[in-house]
Amino acid sequence: MTTVVHLRGRVDIQHLEIEFGQGTSRFKAVSDVSFAASTGEFICLLGPSGCGKSTVLGALAGHIVPSAGRLLLDGEAINGPHPDRGLVFQQHTLFPWKSVLDNVAFGLKMQGVPGPERTWRARELIELVGLKGFERHYPSQLSGGMQQRVEIARVLINQPRVLLMDEPFGALDAQTRLKMQQLLLDVWARIRTTVLFVTHDIDEALFLADRILVMSARPGRIIDDIRVPFDRPRDARLTTTHSFNTLKRRCLELLHPDSGQPTLDRLSPLGDATAMLPALSMSDTRFAI
Amino acid sequence: MSLPDTLAAGLAGPAAPVSGQPRRLPRWPAGRLTAFALGALSLLASLLLWHALATSRAHLGFITFAHVPPPSEVLEAGIELLSSPKLSLHVGHSLARIGAGYLSAALAGVGLGLLIGRFRWAARALLPPLEVLRPIPAVAWIPLAILMFPSTEVSMMFITFTGAIFPILLNTIHGVEAVDPRLVASARSLGTRGPRLFAEVILPSAAPGIFTGLSIGMGTCWFCLVSAEMISGQFGIGYYTWESYTLQNYAGIVVGMLFIGAFGMASSALVRWLGHFATPWYRLQEKKA
Repeated sequence: MTTVVHLRGRVDIQHLEIEFGQGTSRFKAVSDVSFAASTGEFICLLGPSGCGKSTVLGALAGHIVPSAGRLLLDGEAINGPHPDRGLVFQQHTLFPWKSVLDNVAFGLKMQGVPGPERTWRARELIELVGLKGFERHYPSQLSGGMQQRVEIARVLINQPRVLLMDEPFGALDAQTRLKMQQLLLDVWARIRTTVLFVTHDIDEALFLADRILVMSARPGRIIDDIRVPFDRPRDARLTTTHSFNTLKRRCLELLHPDSGQPTLDRLSPLGDATAMLPALSMSDTRFAI
Repeated sequence: MSLPDTLAAGLAGPAAPVSGQPRRLPRWPAGRLTAFALGALSLLASLLLWHALATSRAHLGFITFAHVPPPSEVLEAGIELLSSPKLSLHVGHSLARIGAGYLSAALAGVGLGLLIGRFRWAARALLPPLEVLRPIPAVAWIPLAILMFPSTEVSMMFITFTGAIFPILLNTIHGVEAVDPRLVASARSLGTRGPRLFAEVILPSAAPGIFTGLSIGMGTCWFCLVSAEMISGQFGIGYYTWESYTLQNYAGIVVGMLFIGAFGMASSALVRWLGHFATPWYRLQEKKA
């Protein structure tokens, strides 16, 4: 795998506001969020559950239309989903009817890349995420960690300018999560794409990020912008150092100013679109002959 | 479903002997053997009961077996029909009607179902008339169908079409509505547009539901065909059954019934088998769940 240097991938968010719901149940999920991510930067959005960090990611992916504000990628306004902005969910969204190879090659198929080229380029990425030998498996035959590796490879094949990750390791066990964090840093060291990574895990944010944007509870606002100065490459020993713990304490204080706050439901990066599916009277499965 | 599985497992022979243990002669597990024997005994007992009732011309007040042919006569008539050229004529006509009616119902049902399940405008425009037609049993269409179609052949195909389309349509709508919106969002983020979304995501995702509808539709299709043939046919297995009644060939009635059952079962099994092979990933998921 050759190292691809992306000269693109600058993200600008200006005065972003996002509201959900209708009428009296309407609420503000994100309030006046502004920040910029420079090319190749690894940024973690850290905040309590339901604070709107996934919503920001969904807006960047193009699945949520903001109520106000501007979203720019390399100076161009974001308008709908695009392979330039790859989105990874907490629960994998691999196509269950496609093999690992066909899932990873999917983006190239959509671009019209011919079959043989798709195959070798997909194999290359499968190897990069450490899944050589699993090309012919179906997603349901893989463990949770392996599924997320495929998901990352599937997004990376499009050489996205920015990688949007919504708590991608949140559903994995602690051991696998550590391995996946290391893997992500290794991959990112070779494919220097901009990463926006949403998490509520302080250790994870400190281990991965160049910069941490701390968000408040709903409506989500950015309450701090922390530089993470640790050298790279990083390994697990970092998490036991004094400077790591100093920064961790700072994050803890930001996230828990006073305890006893109600926890909010997790918001989806697809907004409330799932609640708006048409309810058809015909959908009850009774059969007349 | 479970019975053929247990039978197949039983027929597949015993598991390989565990090393270190003495080899045993192959034998069926006792539980399965008992179940199989019980089933065979029950079938045999039913045959004997039929034989006894028919040969004694039992008259039980509200029901009489005076004109019911015994199994031996039915077997004779069956062998006679099997060796006569009339068989291929009747079966050929029935299969052609099923083929035309069922295939057009499958195309229309899946096509409309994809549209209605996916687009709200299609649901609003198409569902009201379909809701009005749905509770009308296909058999009730027979008189109007005879009036509407100058060719009896086409009117019978129309009846089978009407019988099959609703289960296929409803299950397709159901399958499309159940498509995970996150899969659609992922596909969009990976560059899927317009009709390719149907081919790559909606159709495969709804495929297990569609095959359920196709399998139920095949059953209702035979039901409707037999009714239509009894009333307006010249050839066909349903017509043969009715003709046997009018010609007082009572053994032929039962032969016709058995043929209808066998063909209905075989064609439903064929559809299930096709579905089984068209959705290999689905079996894996089921096994896991």
